[in-house]
Amino acid sequence: MQITLHLNGTSHHLDVDPRTTLLDALRHHLGLTGTKKGCDHGQCGACTVLMDGRRINSCLTLACMVEDRDITTIEGLGTPGNLSPLQQQFLDHDGYQCGYCTPGQICSATGMLEEIAAGWPSHASDSLDAPFDLTHAEIAERMSGNLCRCAAYSNIVAAIRQAAQETRHEDAA
Amino acid sequence: MKEFAFHRAASVADLPSGATIIAGGTNLLDLMKLEVMAPEALVDITRLDLDRIEPDGDGLRIGALVRNSDLAAHPTIRRHYPVLSRALLAGASGQLRNMATTGGNLMQRTRCPYFYDRRMPCNKREPGAGCSAIGGVTRNHAILGASEHCIATYPGDMAVALRALDAVVEIDGPSPRRVPLADFHLLPGDTPHVETVLQPGEIITAVILPAPVGGQQRYRKVRDRASYAFALVSVAAIIGMDGGRISHAALAFGGVAHKPWRNPEIEKLLTGQEPSDALFAEAAEILLQPAQGHGENQFKIPLLRRTLNATLRDTTGMEAQA
Repeated sequence: MQITLHLNGTSHHLDVDPRTTLLDALRHHLGLTGTKKGCDHGQCGACTVLMDGRRINSCLTLACMVEDRDITTIEGLGTPGNLSPLQQQFLDHDGYQCGYCTPGQICSATGMLEEIAAGWPSHASDSLDAPFDLTHAEIAERMSGNLCRCAAYSNIVAAIRQAAQETRHEDAA
Repeated sequence: MKEFAFHRAASVADLPSGATIIAGGTNLLDLMKLEVMAPEALVDITRLDLDRIEPDGDGLRIGALVRNSDLAAHPTIRRHYPVLSRALLAGASGQLRNMATTGGNLMQRTRCPYFYDRRMPCNKREPGAGCSAIGGVTRNHAILGASEHCIATYPGDMAVALRALDAVVEIDGPSPRRVPLADFHLLPGDTPHVETVLQPGEIITAVILPAPVGGQQRYRKVRDRASYAFALVSVAAIIGMDGGRISHAALAFGGVAHKPWRNPEIEKLLTGQEPSDALFAEAAEILLQPAQGHGENQFKIPLLRRTLNATLRDTTGMEAQA
């Protein structure tokens, strides 16, 4: 079937089998291999992308269902010469070992920081209403949909904390 | 994944007959990849106007397409139905909650490993084939309301809170109707493949919450990991206190049965009483009197007793047990 995907600010016309997941459309039809296939069942988070700014598992999404949505992948967040704040912090904090989960971690963290900016509580929040600190427990809970088999978690948390602080300072400036 | 015809619904009245509804897809696509489910046609309902949260009398009408993340974060839910926010936030991952919908969450299938493994007999996949869980690995299986044909559990968290909140499911179809959530999911009996009262040609359009009841509300979930795991047992509790006595009690239980479990006898027992461990033990006795373990999952019986005690201590203001 013919579909149009709005991806990283550009429209792409594709001819896909209805069974094609967004993940496979990105990797196989569009050659955007930054988004990774880990479990292909929504358990590991390696395939995380942003849809209308929200993080989702692209492996559990049919490409034909997300026409007219704005999809952002790791390639759309920044470029080697112009890294996003999270991409920079993952580099600075060595937030990976093998790097396979990293695009999903960064897309997920990008969406997560937006959720925090919107005031969404988490399972780790003491109160559903009071403001919360971005503690280790908050980040770990909110990022539990992204696995890292190398267990670079402590550096991933540090990278996210630093990026969140810098974003807040920019907002305040 | 088996081939399927793909349709996009333009209206609730326009659903092609025989097509399986897809919204968030977080459970259905997983099952289709494993060919545990192989619908011949899918109908995408995500463009329908069913994603609003609006007043319904003194209560609230939650559209079937409201995403789990939006529902958990909604100011009215956080303030007046906190047990529902807590249950949603205790489930799945941030990514999945952004996709999963209110209606779809009610329709999710069990996570019994034998249901997922097509090489093993399963009465849900193939009625009459037998149940591989009985006598098998049963860590996440039922202790209440199971049958000799199926010991699977309903895996969700949201519906457990909805059960405690006396929610009602709004269904559209040839004869539109409203069904209490208590009656929406079915026990397995000898037809474990029939999991809800939803008939072919029907669609969930909303979930209705009655007026807020206040009280102390908790969702206590015990699981094998701190995050992103299904409940071994869970308790959704709404407890009102008046002058040192329990004035109102609504308790629903997850991870223990084929549907969110509730027993009005224990609520009757608790109401009007002063909180005490002896009282809570009596409540647990009534709750667990019909409980039956299946080998490995025997541990859920004492675990549910203790989880109920901890939840009641917390919601009635007693100090946590040392």
